[in-house]
Amino acid sequence: MSVTQQTLAVGRGLAAPRTWRKAWFGGLHGADYVWAIAFALPYAAIFLAFVVYPIAFGLWMGSDLALYEQLFTDPRYLTTVLNTLLYVVIGVNVKMFLAFLLSGFFIRKGWWIKGLMVIFILPWATPALPAYMSIHWFLNGQWGMLNNILYALFEFDGPTYLNEHWTGLASNIGAYIWKTLPFWTVILLAGRMAVPTELYEAAAVDGATGLRRFAHVTLPLMANLYLVCTLLDMVFALGDFNSTYFVSGGGPAMSTEVLATLGIRYAFTLALPRLGVAAVMSALPVLIPLVIILMRRLRPSEGQL
Amino acid sequence: MSATTTVRRIRSPLFYSLQRLGVEALCLALGFVLVVWSLTPIYNMWKIALDSHAGIFGGSIWPEAPTLESFRVVVTQDFWYLERFWHQFGNSFIVGLSVTGLTLAIGSLASFTVGRMRLRNGWMLTNAALMTYVIPASFLAIPIYRIMQIYGLGNHLSSLILTLTTFATPYAIFIFSQYGKSIPMELDESARIDGANPLQIYIRIYLPLMAPALVAVGTYALLLAWNEYLYNFLLLSTPQSMTVAVALAQFLNSDESPWNYMMATAIIYAVPPIILYYGFRRYMAAGLTMGGVKG
Repeated sequence: MSVTQQTLAVGRGLAAPRTWRKAWFGGLHGADYVWAIAFALPYAAIFLAFVVYPIAFGLWMGSDLALYEQLFTDPRYLTTVLNTLLYVVIGVNVKMFLAFLLSGFFIRKGWWIKGLMVIFILPWATPALPAYMSIHWFLNGQWGMLNNILYALFEFDGPTYLNEHWTGLASNIGAYIWKTLPFWTVILLAGRMAVPTELYEAAAVDGATGLRRFAHVTLPLMANLYLVCTLLDMVFALGDFNSTYFVSGGGPAMSTEVLATLGIRYAFTLALPRLGVAAVMSALPVLIPLVIILMRRLRPSEGQL
Repeated sequence: MSATTTVRRIRSPLFYSLQRLGVEALCLALGFVLVVWSLTPIYNMWKIALDSHAGIFGGSIWPEAPTLESFRVVVTQDFWYLERFWHQFGNSFIVGLSVTGLTLAIGSLASFTVGRMRLRNGWMLTNAALMTYVIPASFLAIPIYRIMQIYGLGNHLSSLILTLTTFATPYAIFIFSQYGKSIPMELDESARIDGANPLQIYIRIYLPLMAPALVAVGTYALLLAWNEYLYNFLLLSTPQSMTVAVALAQFLNSDESPWNYMMATAIIYAVPPIILYYGFRRYMAAGLTMGGVKG
């Protein structure tokens, strides 16, 4: 449920009144100041030790330009970049669009919609590892259930999904969508429910129903939330290791790797840690703008949390 | 609907009830599709776990002779990948509970000092948290692995606990700061007049009033620690130190692994987080709407 708060606060929080109340009688003095520093210290410590230091260490490890030469001449790397782009762009956008549509479905009233939600949320509640393992065997060309079903129904021998580049990549993307669709549906559903009913009533008085109501009330109010969710999930998808690692395993012949898995593969299978860091760092030109946009969007309007 | 008629026809009630029926039928169809979509991989997991070793390769869609044999093997640690299963299960619990405790403590202290005491330059802390949140954790894996070697924490549970705490705390700080806004500042002020020091205010006023947010964040941290794989795998590799997630993934090391044992392990591993998730869904849903409603 990690992002809900932020995204919702962004969606509707911009109108929140600024409160510049001075806390604690106009600032901290003496012993209070020491307390405040002491309270801030644990987080500052783990941030320095496990975020700043690794980033600096990584920058140092990947600072040799010869590594990038090696990287760009590796055909596996170029395939990986293409895969990552497809994974992020298609996986995220298809899913967010579906989630948006489904949030409109789940806002309907009725006991069975509520029951359906309980089932629908199950992929999100299931840990990634068992879920992706199951999908891996589900898609197995010889013994997998999908081909068993296809054979039982149509006497048709399905392809070996995970042994081809494109079907393998599509399987990874599909598994990622399967796993995270419920989460984003719930977020967008919460966003829809936060739209004040008065707005819909006012629109109804003006004669707006159905499509017009959607286009002129729901859509403008949801646009910002939708955008932030999309950007945030792009970052998550960029860093997603599990679906590729467990569904296709990066195979066949490392043709379905994405950057997150390729870095690990270089570092721990091929024992080239510096090349692994370089592979990850080559995502920085895309990652840094995303991070900056998101930090601005997610920061609450007050400037302080 | 024919919208072209200039005069609005008054339609019979039958039309509307038919229309409603049609919509309802469409919704049911969509619901059916969603159920199949959501449950197929879950069903596949059970099917394999309940099958005998030969049954997996039989090409059937349901287990032909369902047996709980695989579960027995896992529970009694009767397979060489699973020799230390319960010990590893315990490791997962230790990691999960430690990460939860540390995240709650560090996150609430940080948000108390930034949000309540208004530490000057506290925004730096907030921004640090935000940045950690939007950097993919997997991108830091290689440097963190090396650093843990430097710190001498290789194959030690604490390396995993510290790493996961780092990645869980930003969310905690965010939720606590949001939720903290709903607690009146006057409470702090009156306690100060009565002579309470910041630590007393934190323990006696702040924490009790933050209980719902603590539950929501605690659930989040516990799930994050239990479900995480990459750092589990990199930082813990001996049978003594590894967690269930790593033990489970070991089955992928060889092609001849018994899938039914693997899936039974997977199910046992997945049950605690699923129960936790459904048990605390209400709290997490409360955390969900909190920000939206209050702005």
